[in-house]
Amino acid sequence: MKLVTAIIKPFKLDDVREALSEIGVQGITVTEVKGFGRQKGHTELYRGAEYVVDFLPKVKVEVAIGSDLLDQVIESITNAANTGKIGDGKIFVSPLEQVIRIRTGETGTDAV
Amino acid sequence: MENLTSTVTEMQYAMDTFYFLVCGALVMWMAAGFAMLEAGLVRSKNTTEILTKNVALFAVSCTMYMVCGYAIMYKGGAELFFLSGIEADGVAGAAEAATYAPSADFFFQVVFVATAMSIVSGAVAERMKLWAFLVFAVVMTGVIYPMEGSWTWGGEDVFGMFSLGSLIENEMVDGEMTYFGFSDFAGSGIVHMAGAAAALAGVLLLGARKGKYGKNGEVNAIPGANLPMATLGTFILWLGWFGFNGGSVLALASVESANAVAVVFMNTNAAAAGGLIGAILLAYILFKKADLTMALNGALAGLVAITAGPDTPTALSATIIGAVGGVLVVLSILTLDKLKIDDPVGAISVHGVVGLFGVMVVPFTNDGTSFVAQFLGALTIFVWVFVASLITWGVIKAVMGIRVSEEEEYEGVDITECGMEAYPEFTNK
Repeated sequence: MKLVTAIIKPFKLDDVREALSEIGVQGITVTEVKGFGRQKGHTELYRGAEYVVDFLPKVKVEVAIGSDLLDQVIESITNAANTGKIGDGKIFVSPLEQVIRIRTGETGTDAV
Repeated sequence: MENLTSTVTEMQYAMDTFYFLVCGALVMWMAAGFAMLEAGLVRSKNTTEILTKNVALFAVSCTMYMVCGYAIMYKGGAELFFLSGIEADGVAGAAEAATYAPSADFFFQVVFVATAMSIVSGAVAERMKLWAFLVFAVVMTGVIYPMEGSWTWGGEDVFGMFSLGSLIENEMVDGEMTYFGFSDFAGSGIVHMAGAAAALAGVLLLGARKGKYGKNGEVNAIPGANLPMATLGTFILWLGWFGFNGGSVLALASVESANAVAVVFMNTNAAAAGGLIGAILLAYILFKKADLTMALNGALAGLVAITAGPDTPTALSATIIGAVGGVLVVLSILTLDKLKIDDPVGAISVHGVVGLFGVMVVPFTNDGTSFVAQFLGALTIFVWVFVASLITWGVIKAVMGIRVSEEEEYEGVDITECGMEAYPEFTNK
């Protein structure tokens, strides 16, 4: 099993959710986050004074899946979240030791 | 026939009184405008405290003007202290028949005091102690403002030395010397510049907000928390200003005064529009962005600029006067920041710099005034209010302190002064 963590542009969230639903992903977790990568921050202007916004708002999407779905999930997120401009985000993949569905006690791939 | 005349006179009296009261209520509503404008332009951690200052200063102003302010401003003698003699009928028994109820006059005057005081709260926002501010409000609305009001609208001599009403000799008419006097229709100088002078004195003793100016002289932005609220506040002030200037015609119940009121409404609105356009265009030229807060300040600057003489310009002149005010306010805000005079809402620029401009521009459209008389009047008001305020702030600073501690400023004065946050579920520190 794998945990796929994607940092994406907030306005791409709907596209990513739909793309994941289409390939049969059953659930995702979404968090509003802030951070910076190569896009860095940007400057804003208030009453003539510039100020730097260091951390930009992004959305973190977490998907727990069976390993067989990994390539499809990565492809879906990459396609859906891509704008071709700087700041599109990143996808992190990590191994998932165990998953338990709290209601039934099911474990492993049955629970994702 | 005599009955008919008497009925018409009574109708006029009733109508003028009613008009005066409605205009006073409109000016009262400006307190809401200032509260929203200031709450929008401070950070969310200082919202409750600035709202508390705004409602409390209104109450203090009304009370102090009732206690002694009105009596000082309109030397009515001892019977005006606590307004004990004000129930008198305006028609019967008076030497000169009044055209409206005396208590309506008090009501209209008292909301102007609150306006002057509201100007101060924005300039000292986010770092001044609540109670120090309210102690100053007691002195400002009870003594400082009524004194300069007595020299202008009250017609008294300045400390018995000279009269602002007859500053400059003009010409002989029928064997009598006529004078150019200081003319400030609804108070660009008397109300707005006076409030700004008190604010400037406070800011100089208070210092800038922490983090506003960097070590190398750079100006750091401290963005306001809620621009919809600031916009609403500006619209409320714009509305209230029709009472401020329109009511200052003092009468409605004749063709002549009704026409005057209509001209004042038209020009007041034109100047606000001109001010906004002037400010937003200059902001765009300077920053390449349409800065909303500058546009809002611009509309208010247009209103302040026209307040000294909304009755004499044409609509086009009023628009131009407003537009110049809007340009001035942007330049003034940038200049004050260079001088490290920190004014979170731009009150000193809007009401002080543009207030002075408003007073000085009157002679262009009003033959009964002169630049010298206008300048001397404005100088008298500024020197008195600034010096008296500086002394008052200085005494308060020595006795109880005027600034919160650095840690309290970081935490936000909402918690440290009022014990509650404006947005408990989400507050940016």
